[in-house]
Amino acid sequence: MSAEKATHQLPTDHYIVNVGPQHPSTHGGAHLQTVLDGEIIVDTVVKLGYVHRSVEKIAESKTFTQFIPYTARLDYLSGCLPPLAYTQAVEKLLDIFPTERAEYIRIIMAEFSRISSHLLCIGSLALDLGATTACIYCVRDREQIMDMFEMVGGQRLLLSFLRVGGVSHDLPENFYPAARRFIKELPKMIDEYHAVITGNEILQRRLKGVGRLSTEDALAYGVTGPNLRASGFDYDIRRDDPYGIYDRFKFEVPIDSGGDAWARYLVRVEELVQSARIIEQALDSLPEGDICAKTPRLLKAPENQDVYHHIESSKGELGFYIVGAAGKDKPHRLHVRAPSFINLQVLPMICRGAKFQDLITNIATLDPVLGEADR
Amino acid sequence: MSAFNWENIFTDLLNQFGEEKLQRQDSRLSQGIMAEAAIVPEVLCILRDQYAFNHLANLTVTDFEDEFEVIYHLYQIPGSQNIVLKSRIKRVSPNMPSVTELFPTADWQEREAFDLMGVTFTGHPNLIRVLLPDDFEGHPLRKDFNRREWQEVISGLKGD
Repeated sequence: MSAEKATHQLPTDHYIVNVGPQHPSTHGGAHLQTVLDGEIIVDTVVKLGYVHRSVEKIAESKTFTQFIPYTARLDYLSGCLPPLAYTQAVEKLLDIFPTERAEYIRIIMAEFSRISSHLLCIGSLALDLGATTACIYCVRDREQIMDMFEMVGGQRLLLSFLRVGGVSHDLPENFYPAARRFIKELPKMIDEYHAVITGNEILQRRLKGVGRLSTEDALAYGVTGPNLRASGFDYDIRRDDPYGIYDRFKFEVPIDSGGDAWARYLVRVEELVQSARIIEQALDSLPEGDICAKTPRLLKAPENQDVYHHIESSKGELGFYIVGAAGKDKPHRLHVRAPSFINLQVLPMICRGAKFQDLITNIATLDPVLGEADR
Repeated sequence: MSAFNWENIFTDLLNQFGEEKLQRQDSRLSQGIMAEAAIVPEVLCILRDQYAFNHLANLTVTDFEDEFEVIYHLYQIPGSQNIVLKSRIKRVSPNMPSVTELFPTADWQEREAFDLMGVTFTGHPNLIRVLLPDDFEGHPLRKDFNRREWQEVISGLKGD
């Protein structure tokens, strides 16, 4: 190793630098203990639990419907995606089928959530690397989605308007023009990001070749979502194990074989375009009808049965494992397969041997949300 | 990738391990195996190497008052074929062989199960708490965890 050679020439000691838990680049409350040799990272120890709220324990004392708002607080940046995973898991368990219109509304909201999460990921990546303007551009455009969420559910971030069997209320009239306008303007926004981020030489040098994650390692460590696709593995649950009505839409799954931070950034930008394509198709074919299926007022599990349902969240494979007890309105056990938690496992590996500054790049491009990692 | 044929996979496993150690457990929603704890790593190894179940999506533990159930969700990706592998272990000093050697992704998931449920994964390289503080006593996801007592402790009403 080159680090050992360096030691031979000039003796240096390993020392520890703590990053976090209060540090802007950890995107929440994660504590990273980095062992450094000069400027080179020898090891990183990830310490979690600063945002642990024991959501899985709370679930055992809440009815199936009462638990929906808690799911929105897991990945608080992707709005509708965690409630979507949860309600679909409960629907599978209870054998309930949502109405046609509700399915379309869910897809529209889920894809807007994905866009807002990716915009914030790209923006905060730029901010962490010192490009404030780029961050402001992303946050400015994300604001339009936040306004739409407010129209729909009354909240800008923690949207829990999904229900078991459908959604709680219909999309308001002023939602449609706003959604159309956003979709129309998105290509122009992306051109701006390309001009200010992709074309920026400083950012390119900070991203290219940094934090390389091979396909084999990504698979072995269970990395999913944009991070896996940026390592050259073509897997998207929306296409490969379609849930809801994703099989009715045409979209492509962007992959990149680079495996570095640059590839992880490019895949996310490309996914913005694909999400917009899905929204456009869903808006065009949105059927009339009921927004929620007829469900019993108190939802009860019919039998002793467990279910695992996973969706493609903005961070990766978000899964809910629910054990239902016959005749009970509360789950016996609920477990969240949190993509942020599992993706973070590769952080020490991709940081090893890199410069200390690359730690910031790596954590920003892995895009963990600590609320979801800690649950 | 080998074609997915659940009948063949199960018959093959049954021939290797026998009925006492391995039972079939299919339900309305999933295809599954109930295996004895000691053979779980071997079964996972066969499923991974011979049948291309390359993704351990989820690993967790459920507390059923009298015993613990360890659950593994395996997927063939890119694809949607999946198998659920379950194993029941006794509740007093629960031990489960670790599968981190086969699937490195199990590392933190096993640590989490140890942290919140108190299942010891033997052979795990670094089995320490991951979400709760190191000096935390007890395992909160167990059904007999006394929440009231714990609240009194942290609010300073009891103990030191």
